[in-house]
Amino acid sequence: MSVVTGNTAASATPAKSLAQRINWVKLAPWLYTIGLFVLWELLVIVLQTPPTILPAPSRVFQAIVQYWSPIWKNSLQTLYTTTVGFAIAVVAGLAIGLFIGWSKAIYAGLYPLMIGFNAIPKVALVPILVIWFGIGAVPAILTAFLISFFPIVVNVATGLATIEPETEDVLRALGAKKLDIMLKVGIPRSMPYFFGSLKVAITLAFVGSVVSETVASNYGLGNMMSSAQSQFNVPLVFAGLLMLAVEGIAMYALMAWIERRMTGWAHRSTMSQ
Amino acid sequence: MSHLVTIDNVDMRYGGAAGTLAVSGLTMKVGKGEFAAVVGPSGCGKSTLMKLVTGLHIPQSGVVIVADKQVTKPVSIVGMAFQNPTMLPWRTTLDNILLPLEIVERHRHRLRANKKEYVEKAEHLLETVGLKGFGSKFPWQLSGGMQQRANLCRALIHEPELLMLDEPFGALDAFTREELWCVIRDLHAAQGVTIVLVTHDLREATFLADRIFVMSARPGKVLKEHTVPFARPRDLEVMYEKAFNDMVHELHGEIASARVVA
Ligand SMILES: Nc1ncnc2c1ncn2[C@@H]1O[C@H](COP(=O)(O)OP(=O)(O)OP(=O)(O)O)[C@@H](O)[C@H]1O
Ligand SMILES: [Mg+2]
Repeated sequence: MSVVTGNTAASATPAKSLAQRINWVKLAPWLYTIGLFVLWELLVIVLQTPPTILPAPSRVFQAIVQYWSPIWKNSLQTLYTTTVGFAIAVVAGLAIGLFIGWSKAIYAGLYPLMIGFNAIPKVALVPILVIWFGIGAVPAILTAFLISFFPIVVNVATGLATIEPETEDVLRALGAKKLDIMLKVGIPRSMPYFFGSLKVAITLAFVGSVVSETVASNYGLGNMMSSAQSQFNVPLVFAGLLMLAVEGIAMYALMAWIERRMTGWAHRSTMSQ
Repeated sequence: MSHLVTIDNVDMRYGGAAGTLAVSGLTMKVGKGEFAAVVGPSGCGKSTLMKLVTGLHIPQSGVVIVADKQVTKPVSIVGMAFQNPTMLPWRTTLDNILLPLEIVERHRHRLRANKKEYVEKAEHLLETVGLKGFGSKFPWQLSGGMQQRANLCRALIHEPELLMLDEPFGALDAFTREELWCVIRDLHAAQGVTIVLVTHDLREATFLADRIFVMSARPGKVLKEHTVPFARPRDLEVMYEKAFNDMVHELHGEIASARVVA
């Protein structure tokens, strides 16, 4: 690293001051992304892989432009099923998490069940959902919900279950009921866990909705990719993957932003220790 | 003198019939307005004693009476402070101090309408412990000693008749500790609150208390009771008198032999 900067400094002095003014850390994600695409492009050129196996990024971008209208429609559809499923997961996960964290007995009884449920691959549930609700948006929404609510439940329940006993003692000695302790300590305390879990949950929700769309829907990126695949339109498959990645990153960033906004105290308080 | 706290021949066992017997045959009385200190070997049941008096634990045998009523559930006339300040990091220091008022039956219904009056009271308490102007800071913006001061304010905000302190100064440096001793001393003198202090620091116990209870090793009971003779108000200088040091020495000997017996 030092060798590289030494070289550039020797060859071009004004470039060095420019290099210093750039915030490399901020720029790094973009540079790495571009680097990845360049590498991929070069790989395709060198190995001369046919576009039906691995299309070059330029070919994928071309496909995005060419099929923009269906890509856009299906992206919105996937975003819609994912966010609806995710929203249900947030509400249900929060509720179930609070319920489980409420008492040691409930926690002990339900936790193994939850683990067992989470171990079931959600793909396996899609056929059942199709039997119940037919193909289309509903199974996609439900799969997104089923796959993403578990981390929310676990995090909220953990936040509640790890209240410091001394805090609880101080409040109970004042005559606090269980509900008081939950409202005053448990729930605010579990919020950083909750908002932290949203980042994990949203990415899982995409997995769920796309899996379901792939096998049981006529809309959405999952469906678009599977039909493109059956027509050997591999650049379009990759275009779909790219759109998924973009949506995933955007939603993740949104969740991270919400987390910072809502529970800044948790980050600052641990930083100060 | 009437007794605010009476513990009579109490046994307390944790974790069912085969569990740890924490205290056994524990008997002690604390008078109204008195400052009592409890010292003893580590693990002898001092914290258990605090929890018995506040009603967090109910003894398997014997009775605990606080303010003429047998303790069968948490008693809300007490304020508690532990070694760990347990401030809630999402609340400002002021809101942390006001927390008991949101719980205690007597205050919770009045809180919203009389917020201003309560906030003034909290700010007055903050001033008493030397934290004037820090109410709007978050606990994690305060040092350990400052958090412990705020913790004392929280224990006092609902004007408890009985203040239970479990090694509240254990984690502080010597100078801050002495400063807070004076704060507690003055609070006790000014408000007439009854205080029970659990501590490992024998000089702290001797400086602050009217009476000192020495406990045996587990299962804990009161081995000996000392009346501290020094006149009030006490100055920190009293700690350099011979009588003071003799008393600390004597306490030290008693605890050392209580440990050996165990
Ligand atoms: N929740 C609990 N469950 C089981 N045993 C406990 C529990 N709390 C305390 N004990 C046991 O009871 C005994 C007395 O504990 P306690 O906390 O009252 O001691 P202590 O005098 O406060 O000790 P220290 O001076 O170290 O704070 C100890 O032997 C401990 O192991
Ligand atoms: Mg203790």
